[in-house]
Amino acid sequence: MTFETELIKSARSLSLLVCLSLTACSSLGVEPWQRDQFAREDMALDSEKLDLTLDDHIYFSKEGTSGGRSLAGGGCGCN
Amino acid sequence: MVATKTPGNTANQTLTESQAYTQSRLKTGAGDGGTSIADALSMASFALLSMTSSVASATETASLDAVEIDSPKIDAALLYYLEQDRVTVAEGIFNLKLPLGDKRIYEAKLVLDTLTGSSANGAVPQDQRQTFTRPSGNGEYTINSGNTPLDDTFKDTRVQLSGNWAEIWSLDWSSNHGVYLSREYDYTSMGINSALARSFNKNNTQLSLGMAYYYDLVDPVGGRPLAMSNMVFRDDFDSHAEFRTEFDKTRQIASTDKQTVDLSVGLTQIINRHMLVQLSYNLSSLQGYMTDPYKVLSLVDASGTREAYFYESRPDERLKQSLYLFSKHALATGVTDLAYRYSYDDWGVASHTFESHYRYNFTSSFFGQLHLRYYRQEAAHFYRVFLKSEEVLPEFASADYRIGNMNTYTFGIKIGHTLADGTKASYRLEYYQQDPYSNGDQALGQLAQHELYPSVKAIIFQLGLSF
Repeated sequence: MTFETELIKSARSLSLLVCLSLTACSSLGVEPWQRDQFAREDMALDSEKLDLTLDDHIYFSKEGTSGGRSLAGGGCGCN
Repeated sequence: MVATKTPGNTANQTLTESQAYTQSRLKTGAGDGGTSIADALSMASFALLSMTSSVASATETASLDAVEIDSPKIDAALLYYLEQDRVTVAEGIFNLKLPLGDKRIYEAKLVLDTLTGSSANGAVPQDQRQTFTRPSGNGEYTINSGNTPLDDTFKDTRVQLSGNWAEIWSLDWSSNHGVYLSREYDYTSMGINSALARSFNKNNTQLSLGMAYYYDLVDPVGGRPLAMSNMVFRDDFDSHAEFRTEFDKTRQIASTDKQTVDLSVGLTQIINRHMLVQLSYNLSSLQGYMTDPYKVLSLVDASGTREAYFYESRPDERLKQSLYLFSKHALATGVTDLAYRYSYDDWGVASHTFESHYRYNFTSSFFGQLHLRYYRQEAAHFYRVFLKSEEVLPEFASADYRIGNMNTYTFGIKIGHTLADGTKASYRLEYYQQDPYSNGDQALGQLAQHELYPSVKAIIFQLGLSF
């Protein structure tokens, strides 16, 4: 499969997935005054950002797969 | 995934945190030592941010003075990674977060790491002692019979700087832009990343689109070995000059490059009062030099005895895709999260990762946390444990176990507490084990007596401070 075909195929399935998700998601969620749990410090998505950064670096160096969690990574000469 | 304004975790919250922190410092009268450090860091942060803010926009710099600047938030960590008989890494990381008003956050990060020790060079163990020419061509190293060949030339120091600008433009739109620079003596990486996020459904749903571009320069010690070229040895030549001439024939001295383009689409959804989920898809296209210049393959005869060492060769294109699922749950006494990642690339490397953290808050200022991770990887289609002398030499081959079959396990514990002045300290201890396994290559002759898939065991210790 060529790179372009792969891209087009991915883009199509993605747009479908996104549309479905957004439709499905509209019935989920909470009201603004019910966000107390998400305001907790230990519920923040970046509450342990340094651990994640360091873990990503270790696994990037020692395994054949990397990334997936975020884009703010970066290269090093270890793999 | 964009970290600018996830539902329920807005810049507002960061602002509130830092204000509360400032107030608590005022109340506790945390004075002389702490305040002066904070002040000094504020000064330092301006110096650092003046570099990164130029990436944002020149007009904003003019209005810096007009915006109320909150206390910077500092996160620092020191990590030791110790492998049994192999690599040791010490890594320090320093992250500075500076909210400006309630809609903008600048971040600057400095990472320093130093690496020493031995690394598997790809050759297989033998009944005989083995001698390898060092990557620079200067000198040799020998490996005792029965041992996995490890190259002890391995020494590296790396410095990494990155800056990030997160902005909330409206109730619905936010963005994130970053720059990245990493430098070690044989490798330089420069990158930019950018992401845009849109919130829907009363901020319960967030869709993000991100891209990143990295340009890396590779300049290996002793130059780049020609793909699948033969290692030459000093002992096979009468003079050092003759050896050097032959060695240089197998090398390309000019540095080369590698380019990476990453695209990602992410969805964050609040499910109910206690749970959120994330789904993201990443596409990464790499082009350029991806061979490891320091790795070799053994060429063996029918008895499993080494006839030659060939420098490895990998394709100069790679397309990676991954799907990442994450959920986070608020519990009355803590937090738990679950993550799964499936990744596949056109080298044939496919992997499954399962990961979970469970945090238990003993008190409001003291917590413990467990971390479990399991990773399973299938080998690249050109991965070979060794090459057989009767076979035609393949175009691509690598014996680097990191792109071979393997299972890895991580088990970690962490404890954290808040000190009287508001400083948070944490201590993390983890055990990481890699168990490579056979890709079906039959061990020939003497190789059946040797360990071709040795496990790698590592201990990780980390000290963290936030203030």
